[in-house]
Amino acid sequence: MRGRSTGSRDRLGDGLTSLCAAALALNVVLVLGLLGVLATGGLGAFWQGPLVLLELDDGRRILGEVHDVEPIPEGSPGATRSRLEVGNRDVTGLDFVWVEGPAVTREERPADAVLLERLAYGNFYGFVAEIRHAGDVLATGPDEVWRTLGPLLERKRAEARSIHRLERGEIGRVNHRIEQLRLQTRRVELRDPAGPERAARLAELVGEQEQAQTAYATLALRLATLREAWLGDTLVVETADGVPRELPLGHVVRALRPNRMDGLDKLRLYAARALEFVADEPRESNTEGGIFPAIFGTVLMVFLMSFAVAPFGVLAALYLREYARQGPLVRLVRIAVNNLAGVPSIVFGVFGLGFFVYFVGGSLDRWLAPEALPTPTFGTGGILWASLTLALLTVPVVIVATEEGLAAVPRVVREGSRALGATKFETTWRVVVPAAAPGILTGLILAMARAAGEVAPLMIVGMVKLAPTLPVDGLPPFVHLERKFMHLGFHIYDLGFQSPNVEATKPLVFATALLLIAVVTLMNLMAVSVRNHLRRKYSGSAV
Amino acid sequence: MPGQTAAESPLGAVALPFEPTPGDDPALTPHLPQAIFETHGLHLWYGASQALFDIGLRIAPHRITAFIGPSGCGKSTLLRCFNRLNDLIDDVRVEGRILLDGADLHDGSVDVNVLRSRVGMVFQKSNPFPKSIYDNVAYGPRIHGTRDRATLDERVERSLRGAALWDEVKDRLHQSALGLSGGQQQRLCIARAIAVEPEVILLDEPCSALDPIATAKIEELMLELKQRYTLVIVTHNMQQASRVSDYTAFLYLGRLVEYQETEKLFIHPLKKQTEAYITGRFG
Repeated sequence: MRGRSTGSRDRLGDGLTSLCAAALALNVVLVLGLLGVLATGGLGAFWQGPLVLLELDDGRRILGEVHDVEPIPEGSPGATRSRLEVGNRDVTGLDFVWVEGPAVTREERPADAVLLERLAYGNFYGFVAEIRHAGDVLATGPDEVWRTLGPLLERKRAEARSIHRLERGEIGRVNHRIEQLRLQTRRVELRDPAGPERAARLAELVGEQEQAQTAYATLALRLATLREAWLGDTLVVETADGVPRELPLGHVVRALRPNRMDGLDKLRLYAARALEFVADEPRESNTEGGIFPAIFGTVLMVFLMSFAVAPFGVLAALYLREYARQGPLVRLVRIAVNNLAGVPSIVFGVFGLGFFVYFVGGSLDRWLAPEALPTPTFGTGGILWASLTLALLTVPVVIVATEEGLAAVPRVVREGSRALGATKFETTWRVVVPAAAPGILTGLILAMARAAGEVAPLMIVGMVKLAPTLPVDGLPPFVHLERKFMHLGFHIYDLGFQSPNVEATKPLVFATALLLIAVVTLMNLMAVSVRNHLRRKYSGSAV
Repeated sequence: MPGQTAAESPLGAVALPFEPTPGDDPALTPHLPQAIFETHGLHLWYGASQALFDIGLRIAPHRITAFIGPSGCGKSTLLRCFNRLNDLIDDVRVEGRILLDGADLHDGSVDVNVLRSRVGMVFQKSNPFPKSIYDNVAYGPRIHGTRDRATLDERVERSLRGAALWDEVKDRLHQSALGLSGGQQQRLCIARAIAVEPEVILLDEPCSALDPIATAKIEELMLELKQRYTLVIVTHNMQQASRVSDYTAFLYLGRLVEYQETEKLFIHPLKKQTEAYITGRFG
């Protein structure tokens, strides 16, 4: 009897163990599946396939890159259709076309087919014919043009860099100066009493403004000259159908003949494109270029959030656990804190908008920057307000984790400190908090992960589709926390659902999502390594 | 300190005349040369339940005094009265007087943190802080204002030598204290207590979690420490009490039953309850 009952209990135990294993396996499969989908969708985004030229039975000639091939629904068996990226948005208006397999009469891969990545209107697919400079033909014929093109593009890139430097550098500074002078004038008008001094000061400011305007005019002239030179050379191209087109060479970011590239060239191109994606600014309403501002905004926001939430949450938890008299009130506060974690994040966004942006920011504006009103400086969404909103959102996580960490410090350790004559404060700060530090960091890691993935509340407290400037730059005071910012999470939404060119951005959605996960993982790994360091420092295993 | 008068006492209280309580009971009046601690009519309550009843005893300086008794008899509670560690527990109420060098511990002018620097404590469960060995020992001196590195180094070495731990840890002072063995951790706690240069060290069952070899080391150490400090030890282990202590107090159900020179108490107990306990008939 006894043996049999033990056996059935063993079987139950084995069953439960397998259930646990199955649950874990399911989790792992789901996570790996997600990563796999993102990786296959995203990593292919930068790979260059061959260009194919198709002649159709209606006489059309189509040059492009095959993206998908699928059976035609309700078509004859074996018949397929392909989706081609054909670019040339300025000519045809469409980036992608479907081509039905049976309609194709001839298919080839012309060696001279060219892909141009451009600053405007997306990619161009076609053939090069001529290079012109101010109406004179510099080169003609595919091979000569191609030979001339390389060095010329190099020069164009250098010119573009100097234009960019001029715009962002000197012109940026002069504009900043003009704006500052305008604000100073306004400040004098608002604050100083009427009198000769005020008049003198205003006259002085007018003088300075005129100087700045003159400087600006000189710079603007220089910029115009540079631009003219930059756009002076043109490239004459033809589409597959033979439609000619004259493009400014300055607009060509990259010129490729994919059908002549070998594997190594393609790998190099892949690396260059991936680097551009991570390190460059977006263009063409985010459908092209890179997403550096979004990465920067996400990371900076999460760090600001951590700096705000860590002291706030830890102090609150310290009071709750160490100082407050445990009773119904504290229990109520604890329940309230836990419930705070369940409030929809958009509600925090609305609160952030009302409290941080309008109330705090509005008050700061009246106090610090009244001269800029009615244009708000702080009283509008910005990275600081977004970080503080997320700090509110994540503070319950930090409080709960810190409380758990504090509770895990044995009473006898506290008594040991008190018995040496340490006060409660000294005991708390020198013994209890360091001992609870790994738990506190666990909370912070969870908070960071949550904050990095949060999008909804940010949409109303300062996150934008396209921020013209980073929150950190070379103009004093160098860190501009009142500025709006870009965010990877919102970028995914924007690329995937708000883009004018959804087909083209689809791979970028995957790539961006993969990058967001990578960024979060990286930040978490940093925090985890700090935590493990603390654990090693404070535990016995490090002998 | 034996030679110190109450006027010099850092606690700054006025000495009270010595009044022996409860007077003439021979079972409760060992022959003491001097007293560093005295309690008079000490009662203690945890909330509504009374844990100590009318305790009156004196502790001899530079001797080892042991408190024995069955679990829950109040011996640890009594020990924790001497450094007012019971203050940390909510709802504790104390009546009666405890005098250190004649000065009342519960006098309003007493700084409890200064008191605890004079009366150190070692706990049943070793409780090193999650810090390095060095920082553990330097903790007390730092708390009490020593910042100078050389002074701290010297104090740490002296304390670790005093706790017979120096030779074992001198090469890894800056590693975590939690990496030490149980016995080493307990000696570290003793070193930590010594580092603040107390007059009295209270030991609350310091060996109950240790193996016999580590226990023997601690006992040996206690006999050495007796030269410089007054030791009060709570123990479950009657052999330990008889081996190391000079005076032994037997508590039962919160009352002091018998308090004698150790030899007398173990060989010729005056009370039936004491005899029953030490011969193992209950407890």
